[in-house]
Amino acid sequence: MPGPMGGRNRKPDTGARAQKPMKVLGRILGLMFKKYTVHMIVVLVCIVISVLSNVQGTLFIQTLIDDYITPMMGQTNPDFGPLISAILRVAAFYLAGVLATYAYSRIMVNVSQGTLRNVRSEIFEHMQKLPVKYFDTHSHGDIMSIYTNDVDTLRQMISQSLTQIFQAVITIVSVLISMISLSITLTLVTLAMVVVMLLCVRALGSRSSKYFLAQQRNLGKENGYIEEMMNGQKVVKVFNHEEKSIEEFEELNDKLYESAYNANKFANILMPVNAQLGNVSYVLCAIIGSLLALNSVGSLTVGALVSFLTFNKSFTQPITQVNQQFNSIIMALAGAERIFNLLDEKPEEDNGYVTLVNAKKENGRLVETNEHTGLWAWKHTHQETGEVEYKELQGALVMDDVDFGYNDNNMVLHNIELYATPGQKIAFVGSTGAGKTTITNLINRFYDIQDGKIRYDGININKIKKADLRRSLGIVLQDTHLFTGTVMENIRYGRLDATDEEVVAAAKLANADSFIRKFPEGYNTVLTGDGGNLSQGQRQMLAIARAAVADPPALILDEATSSIDTRTERMVQDSMDKLMQGRTTFVIAHRLSTIQNSDCIMVLEQGRIIERGTHDQLLEKKGKYYQLYTGKTA
Amino acid sequence: MIKTLAKHIKQFTKASVATPLFMILEVIVEMIIPLLMSRMIDDGISAGNMQQIFITGGCMLVCALIGLFAGIMGGKYGAKASAGLAHNLREAMFKNIQSFSFANIDKYSTAGLVTRMTTDVTNIQNAYQMLLRMCVRAPISLICALVMTLIINARLASVYLIAIVVLGIVLTFLIKSTYKYFSRVFEKYDELNASVQENVSAIRVVKSFVREDYEVKKFNKAANNLYKLFVKAEGAMASVSPVMMFAVYGSLIAINWLGANMIVSETLTTGELTSMLTYCMNILMSLLMLAMIFVMLTMSIASAKRVAGVLNEQSDLTNPENPDYKVEDGSIDFKNVSFSYNKTAEKPILSDINLSIKSGETIGVIGGTGSSKTSLVNLIGRLYDTTDGEVYVGGKNVKAYDLKTLRDEVSVVLQSNVLFSGTILDNLRWGNENATEEECINVCKLACADDFIQSFPDKYNTYIEQGGTNVSGGQKQRICIARALLKKPKILILDDSTSAVDTATDAKIRRAFSEEIPNTTKIIISQRVSSVENADKIIVMDDGKISAVGTSDELLKASPIYSEIYAAQTGGSGDFDEKGEM
Repeated sequence: MPGPMGGRNRKPDTGARAQKPMKVLGRILGLMFKKYTVHMIVVLVCIVISVLSNVQGTLFIQTLIDDYITPMMGQTNPDFGPLISAILRVAAFYLAGVLATYAYSRIMVNVSQGTLRNVRSEIFEHMQKLPVKYFDTHSHGDIMSIYTNDVDTLRQMISQSLTQIFQAVITIVSVLISMISLSITLTLVTLAMVVVMLLCVRALGSRSSKYFLAQQRNLGKENGYIEEMMNGQKVVKVFNHEEKSIEEFEELNDKLYESAYNANKFANILMPVNAQLGNVSYVLCAIIGSLLALNSVGSLTVGALVSFLTFNKSFTQPITQVNQQFNSIIMALAGAERIFNLLDEKPEEDNGYVTLVNAKKENGRLVETNEHTGLWAWKHTHQETGEVEYKELQGALVMDDVDFGYNDNNMVLHNIELYATPGQKIAFVGSTGAGKTTITNLINRFYDIQDGKIRYDGININKIKKADLRRSLGIVLQDTHLFTGTVMENIRYGRLDATDEEVVAAAKLANADSFIRKFPEGYNTVLTGDGGNLSQGQRQMLAIARAAVADPPALILDEATSSIDTRTERMVQDSMDKLMQGRTTFVIAHRLSTIQNSDCIMVLEQGRIIERGTHDQLLEKKGKYYQLYTGKTA
Repeated sequence: MIKTLAKHIKQFTKASVATPLFMILEVIVEMIIPLLMSRMIDDGISAGNMQQIFITGGCMLVCALIGLFAGIMGGKYGAKASAGLAHNLREAMFKNIQSFSFANIDKYSTAGLVTRMTTDVTNIQNAYQMLLRMCVRAPISLICALVMTLIINARLASVYLIAIVVLGIVLTFLIKSTYKYFSRVFEKYDELNASVQENVSAIRVVKSFVREDYEVKKFNKAANNLYKLFVKAEGAMASVSPVMMFAVYGSLIAINWLGANMIVSETLTTGELTSMLTYCMNILMSLLMLAMIFVMLTMSIASAKRVAGVLNEQSDLTNPENPDYKVEDGSIDFKNVSFSYNKTAEKPILSDINLSIKSGETIGVIGGTGSSKTSLVNLIGRLYDTTDGEVYVGGKNVKAYDLKTLRDEVSVVLQSNVLFSGTILDNLRWGNENATEEECINVCKLACADDFIQSFPDKYNTYIEQGGTNVSGGQKQRICIARALLKKPKILILDDSTSAVDTATDAKIRRAFSEEIPNTTKIIISQRVSSVENADKIIVMDDGKISAVGTSDELLKASPIYSEIYAAQTGGSGDFDEKGEM
């Protein structure tokens, strides 16, 4: 396993509150407004129209009773004309409200889904640019949870909470103004009840959110336990450990139940408490209002009191709504902060300017070409003069006194000296943790060195563009990873423009052709779940085919054949050797038969090269290599 | 499916019944309050009767108290019942998974099971709470409000009836068309996340092949497709609330107009008019609630199906009716065995296996990748059942034994080793819960693990991280061997379990085996000739069949496959790993 192990530095960050909620909220709004400025303005205007149309309808009840019905009562021949025109006017306002509501709901779909798409793409794009170190220091589960849980909570917030809250605020303001215009005394009574409500909400809400956070934490713990047990399920069976694991699970499950029950309980209670306090507020206003109206204190009419009571009801409703959204906003902000943390992560730096191009020889001179010629050249554009210089890629690799550590105070490689002349096969051997994989990670710059120089054909690799450096090195990694798609697509991953024939040829070279043909769909068999239905050996052969089709100038094989049996390995090895003729190859293997014919074998121990030489030279030396090879001590 | 899930309500039946009852009480109170309000306006405010105002006000306060009580209890029991159902479902699934056979386990991915036990159960929990609290509430509230309006004024109430019918038709139509999109949305969503997962774990491959842009392009295309689907689905949903508003406003206008006429002609009072308007909101909100419930429930059906799938999965390996609890010795016989992982496969994984192993023998198994070495030994501990033919252990058919007994006596060190988070001692004691520390140290000495464990600062109390990431491959393998030894089995199977251990140590472990546990049958699968060379018998596997059986010397003469492997490895039989500890 290269690098500091993933998962070790894992912080339990699910279920935590956002550190800077206001800043995060600002960034979310920024995301929405930046790309959808016009949309958002239209949405806000439409919400205002929709709310106002609702309020005017409520206000109309007073006018209806006081100005139309009461005067008409008792008249023998009432004139309904003015009433008709008034009702038509209200209807027109209502219609505008309906249209505005449709407009903003529909536009918000585009805005919220569009923003989410942009956020997803942005996260993914940024993630691809992050250095390997990021993936080594963050658990994959945590990274995945950003895409699933965090983006999901953000979806809820953008598409529901934000519009609802804006709507609620507008409603509250307009209803408040209307209430004040009807009766200041009653408005004060209503506001006093709102304060009581808010106090209740705060008391219940803080308990509820305490338990919600506990629920998230317990869910995380149980999640981890399930994951571990499901992964080791076969071991559980072999050791008859089922009952024990059920016991442990039940303990976690009970805790989760406890917190989920409490969290939901307080959240559920919030609604009836608010509703009934609303009713109390209504009764108070009715009694006080009647006293005022009947004793003709102030200018309160019966119609105005009836209207006011309706407002009283519609005033408490949005307040309840805002409260309900509060929990989901807290959770969404915490999630959004994790999203932004990833986006703020520094991308892989690349200051290289030397690029890799296909080349051909014309009159002994190197000329750049677009064809795949099998000949490559480094294109060196001088920064000052703009002069372009071509240098044939040969595959000479030099490490000069290289020191490296994953962090500055703990070096894992010391004084590494390495000279690979073009076409050589260089092998690294040594125990787990000796630093074999680390060395190859330095060559392709997954990690940067602390001290020393690495030169590729005489060029400092810091000057080579990372993409081009990596394109020049075919790598078969220790852990094989395949992608969802057909076998054909998986092999073609090495070179996207490879023809079907080239893919099949590469598969033959890796000895994979015969088993691929046994699949019912052959090369069109779809692999899913990281090629889970293939054996480890088969997956390695596909990975080798993938590297082979890339036809790279140099090759790094990191335990590439460790799960392939020795017979098949020998066949693969032979064809690989043919392929790599004249190209530099770095091989890591613990099986010594794999590396015997190397031009140089480096024996690594605790980050240092302790022996180097050919197989025969090393045997003669009777040192560590001899000891391991023969199983005897010298 | 519903039945499967409903079975797990169990001890939360009381809460599940109480919740809707309290919700009904709350609804009734909610219905009475507008009635009281209209009384207050007509008999109190309009009539100028202060006493009446106080009486109705008092009644309203009492109602509010009852409503508060009902609401709190309903909320409490609703939370209890739904959290309880989730609890029981998780437990039932976990228990059922523990009873799965290897074949069952192969069917599900780890990630799939985790999603079922977390996200899916949470969906069901929310849906159940909604069902208990809202599903009763909304229709009752609808009916009550309708009855009330009918009592107040039947002619005016007919306006609502028309609105409800129209709204019902429109909403049903809308929901139907959106549901279609939503089920596709979730499918695409899963796919998108799967591809992210792939990229996260294969980031080195992506970077090595410089495929960042390619992956980004692929992802953006998928994200954009998802966006389009979401816009379609939610776009249709967006018309629900304006349609609702249209119905509400339409009714309001109609009531206002008709009501005004009626008041003027003195067939309606002002108070009754305001009550009618309040009920208008009640009726239409309940209708909207019903529509929402319907959408929520249909959306959680997918989750319910997945959970029910796990709950209904039956282990295909069952204990016999009168199981045998004693394994006589470590002899093994295969009689005409063939085996395949799924019954429809054309070519069996193993065929024509006939084999006889005496108790205490050491058996080596060697052969190419995919020659079915692992499948062969998995049949001994009845991790899978044979497709044809029978396997005998200690002279009896493996199907006759109690599974636990058999697996205690047949100890397998699997190829895919897993250590669990906990101390080394905890891990070892998986083999035998009651093992003393000495016993643990003893087996570790046998497995050559004692030395490196003693070199850790915390020795046997060293904490192993999840997945055993803080010990090296070779160390992990040796701890796993020690763990298996602690069972004191009659048969010990090592499935390529020393591949990361260097040759010298490997030899030392084998020597310890033959000296310390001579009566245990030992089966060693290896790719390394040196590991099996000295076995009593070596089985050479090729393409699912036994190609040859014999000692190393015999096979060198008789088996070309063995000779070839032998030639490739001898001389340089060394494996270079794990010599110096980390």
